[in-house]
Amino acid sequence: MKVVYFAWVRERIGKAEEIVDPPPAVRTVADLIGWLTERGEQYAYAFETPRVIRAAIDHAHVKPDTAIAGAREIAFFPPMTGG
Amino acid sequence: MSIPVTIRLQEADFDTAHEIAALTRGRTDIGAVVTFSGICRGGEGGDAIAALTLEHYPGMAEAEIGRHADEALSRWPLTGLTIIHRYGRIVPGENIVLVVTASSHREAAFQAAEFLMDYLKTHAPFWKREENTAGASWVDATSHDDAAAARWTKS
Repeated sequence: MKVVYFAWVRERIGKAEEIVDPPPAVRTVADLIGWLTERGEQYAYAFETPRVIRAAIDHAHVKPDTAIAGAREIAFFPPMTGG
Repeated sequence: MSIPVTIRLQEADFDTAHEIAALTRGRTDIGAVVTFSGICRGGEGGDAIAALTLEHYPGMAEAEIGRHADEALSRWPLTGLTIIHRYGRIVPGENIVLVVTASSHREAAFQAAEFLMDYLKTHAPFWKREENTAGASWVDATSHDDAAAARWTKS
């Protein structure tokens, strides 16, 4: 699946998007954050405070306990500051 | 008749008067138009701001604004709606966002405009980066904005 990052999450990880293939045990958005955190210190830095991280699956907001099965694109970003 | 709805994301500035005229021209069913303009300030808490750069999530930004527009149309008897949100670099004095709501009477237009702005600020995937004398930093979300959005879900 494709994972995309925005704002300071993107800057900390050092890339805007990537393709990942997590194992089946990674079921939810929160699981995916945990799995990504293990990939390196830049990920650990981006996700150091998981409660502030917002997520979207296929362009719609989702909660941390949402299942990721079937997702085409998962996005992680900070709280929004538009308007 | 279908309700005219315009949603645009763009890098270029826009002309608010032109957008109001485009929504109301030739119409005799509109009795109230409410306009909200979000404008880039030149300072924040005594610190000068040189510019804002707005990052957005293409695709989701359009989808999310569209969902909020649909909800506003279902909750209030609107007769027209225009939402424009800019992205990219914006200097003080320039527009950031525009919401224009039209209705037969003012109450629906006022409430729908406020609802849309509260939701755009907290749910539309845009992030402001501020350039100031110290460099550039991401603008923090405020709990005040979250509270403003939450009141629309109360029964």
